[in-house]
Amino acid sequence: MVTNITSFSRSGLSDWLMQRVSAVVMALYAVFLVAYLLFNPGLDYYAWSGLFAQTWMRIFSLLAFISLSAHAWVGLWTVTTDYIKPTNVRIGVQLFIILAIFAFLVWSIQILWGA
Amino acid sequence: MSNLRSLTYDAIIIGGGGSGLRAALELAKSGKKTAVLSKVFPTRSHTVSAQGGITCAIASSDPDDDWRWHMYDTVKGGDYIADQDAAEYMCSEGPKAVFELEHMGLPFSRFDNGRIYQRPFGGQSKNFGEGGQAARTCAAADRTGHALLHTLYQNNLKNNTTFLNEWYAVDLVKNSDGDVVGCIAMCIETGEVVQVKSKATVLATGGAGRIYASTTNALINTGDGIGMALRAGFPMQDMEMWQFHPTGIYGAGTLVTEGCRGEGGYLINKDGERFMERYAPNAKDLAGRDVVARSMVMEIIEGRGCGEKGDHVFLKLDHLGEDVLGKRLPGIVELSKTFAHVDPAKDPIPVVPTCHYMMGGIPTNVHGQAIMQDESGNDQIVNGLYACGEAACVSVHGANRLGGNSLLDLVVFGRAAGMFIESALNEGIEYLDASESDIEFAMKRMSRWNESEGGETVPALKAELQEIMQNSFGVFREEKNMQEGVQKLADLRSRIDNAYLPDKSNAFNTARVEALELDNLMEVAEATAIAALERKESRGAHSRYDFPDRDDVNWLKHSMYYPATKELKKRDVNFKPKTVDTFEPKVRTY
Amino acid sequence: MSNLQVSIYRYNPETDSAPYMQEFQVDTKGRDLMVLDVLHMMKEQDNGLAFRRSCREGVCGSDGMNMNGKNGLACITPLSDVIKGNKLTLRPLPGLPVIRDMVVDMGLFYKQYERIQPYLQNDEPAPAIERLQSPEDRDKLDGLYECILCACCSTSCPSFWWNPDKFVGPAGLLQSYRFLADSRDNATEQRLSELEDPFSVFRCRGIMNCVAVCPKGLNPTRAIGKIRDMLLADAT
Repeated sequence: MVTNITSFSRSGLSDWLMQRVSAVVMALYAVFLVAYLLFNPGLDYYAWSGLFAQTWMRIFSLLAFISLSAHAWVGLWTVTTDYIKPTNVRIGVQLFIILAIFAFLVWSIQILWGA
Repeated sequence: MSNLRSLTYDAIIIGGGGSGLRAALELAKSGKKTAVLSKVFPTRSHTVSAQGGITCAIASSDPDDDWRWHMYDTVKGGDYIADQDAAEYMCSEGPKAVFELEHMGLPFSRFDNGRIYQRPFGGQSKNFGEGGQAARTCAAADRTGHALLHTLYQNNLKNNTTFLNEWYAVDLVKNSDGDVVGCIAMCIETGEVVQVKSKATVLATGGAGRIYASTTNALINTGDGIGMALRAGFPMQDMEMWQFHPTGIYGAGTLVTEGCRGEGGYLINKDGERFMERYAPNAKDLAGRDVVARSMVMEIIEGRGCGEKGDHVFLKLDHLGEDVLGKRLPGIVELSKTFAHVDPAKDPIPVVPTCHYMMGGIPTNVHGQAIMQDESGNDQIVNGLYACGEAACVSVHGANRLGGNSLLDLVVFGRAAGMFIESALNEGIEYLDASESDIEFAMKRMSRWNESEGGETVPALKAELQEIMQNSFGVFREEKNMQEGVQKLADLRSRIDNAYLPDKSNAFNTARVEALELDNLMEVAEATAIAALERKESRGAHSRYDFPDRDDVNWLKHSMYYPATKELKKRDVNFKPKTVDTFEPKVRTY
Repeated sequence: MSNLQVSIYRYNPETDSAPYMQEFQVDTKGRDLMVLDVLHMMKEQDNGLAFRRSCREGVCGSDGMNMNGKNGLACITPLSDVIKGNKLTLRPLPGLPVIRDMVVDMGLFYKQYERIQPYLQNDEPAPAIERLQSPEDRDKLDGLYECILCACCSTSCPSFWWNPDKFVGPAGLLQSYRFLADSRDNATEQRLSELEDPFSVFRCRGIMNCVAVCPKGLNPTRAIGKIRDMLLADAT
């Protein structure tokens, strides 16, 4: 057993499962958005913001963004442990990634529920 | 020379093949300070190439099978110079040793009832030759050696055995009493030379098929243990007895298991005739290996060989169907595609008798203790020296080994040696330390190569040695030709003694290892040649045009080759099994 | 193609400050030799050339090397399978430290093998005969037990290159599954618990280089997938 403290769940299995589940959510979200765009050819701002004014769409979007965050973290954490061998640099980069993901997530919530 | 670093063990096992690993496992379990010293990573040892199986009366294919029948076959197969106490020990202890392997995880093939799969092999019978063909060879498809070696290595890991992998044993160290007290060894990776001190030194170095130009043996089978023991002055037993396996792939020399014939394959000549029906009407293609090999050579000599040169025969398997081939002989399908460019499901495999196994070796008792003789010819134990596996001559194989008996030999006598050494260590062993001059003596050969400044190089000399052995000491032998061979070898020895090692670097110097191996090949070749020349009869694998018959009056004996005088003496064969009646010599037919 | 041009990686730690490629001309007399035969002919030209070999029939796993960019066993690789434009380039297995010439230090590879406890574990008392196993259960070991530890797979695996100390690698995992799949082994839970971290198994990204190079035609990726399935079934 290889121990590690910076991985998402400290379990390869959970990370792996998380990545698969989040991928499915993102795929559904992407398919939905593409279909929506295709079925609404003359889409304008009001229709678009109307869509996002609905609670279910906000929740669906939030789920997709959380999935994206988790997916990105697991993936980028893996990349850092593959390629960045000096510990200090690796932790620095990982910290930066976490902050960035966190910021993007907060920002997306603000957009969804903001003014 | 006292600047050598020394490593100290209760027991050092030289060789990481089947017998060495089995002995090591026994000792590791006992908690004795043991190390296995191997010139290759253990799973690269030649045991890995064994295909067909391990012969043993475990009563799976036939619930009434009896180890005594197996013993009878073994003694008859060995043309009656197998020691009957040893054959008795091997065949009766065998089932225990095989079940242990299974418990360790060896992935044997299975019958529908869940028991270990057994297939027919050559020379096997029921009811002391009266009950027809037996199926007694336990198999893991056609990769039994691989499965066995990996299982043993794995269980040594489990039991924390110490391994000195890619170390090369150079020579034995003897003290002034003549006891063996360890060896000189070299770490191949760094070139460091150390003195290994040990109360028990086990030679489990395997065979030496590389003395022949054409052999099924791995490139590492250079008889290192035999060479070491001969240089230390110890005798070798039955060195004239070399098995030529009937089915080596023509041209490449790689082995095609006897299991092919066990599963129903058979040999054909250029007319498509199943010629073994003429030579062995009952057992046919499953006669003893020596019988089949000789029959093949007779076919070739009499002009019924296959191919443009008429110098081989065919092994026909296509009638078995792809299912049987895929399930029971998958490795053979692979090998023949790679080395003969033949798909055995469609076409027959070109095969020729190829040097396969050394029945002779270091004479030992059933406990693995090396034996020499005193002046009046009585057996005498060599203190500190043990041997098991192909390097040893217990002798269970006599003048011809039966298929599947080598793997059984490895595990039974590896285990026996381990158990005996454990109890000997428990009782306490004290030998004199080796003196400076004893160590210097053991270092002599290594130093010679390291100081060589010119002369012939190793590969060419090796090739020449292999040609001499191939031409003069093959399947059929004859006085004049052998005399020439012995002369050529004597000549070659002096050239090897003056040969040149150009590369004297330390890090992973394989050229140095090959030079040291050449010395060992030379020792084995000479012992073989002289023993073959002196044994004036035909018995088992040793067959002479000039003495075509077995001579039980003069030669129902082991031969003992003494290196110091290059003389051949005789040693009595054991005819006193403990629990069964003696198998008296009979005319050997199949 | 009688005169084959061979370019081979050379490094002797005692005399060379850095590795280099050396050119050899080998007269194959037009025969389709195995790469190992060519190496032996080169060693006759330069006795110092170091490489491992033993069985020369593809079962001992000594002579894994990189031939014209692809890992394989020199002894069962005919020239016609690898040469491009009459040129053969030989390098040691990638990703492991080189000791000398074609000889690599396999220490990390063996360590990962040892880590998966590559031996049968069964704490129930053994019967007086063998443990029974149905042919169907035995069939589950086919494609697993045949591994020869040549390291061709693990040293072609990028995940093993990056984390040879943490990722078990295809060879080790194939053996891990060999014991997980054995009906006679009852240490499944403990074996799985050793593997669920993010490195040991889950560094496999399904690149499948291991499958492409295995000289025995084995499929470590499939075995890894099965381990993942077992972990999943066990934890959910």
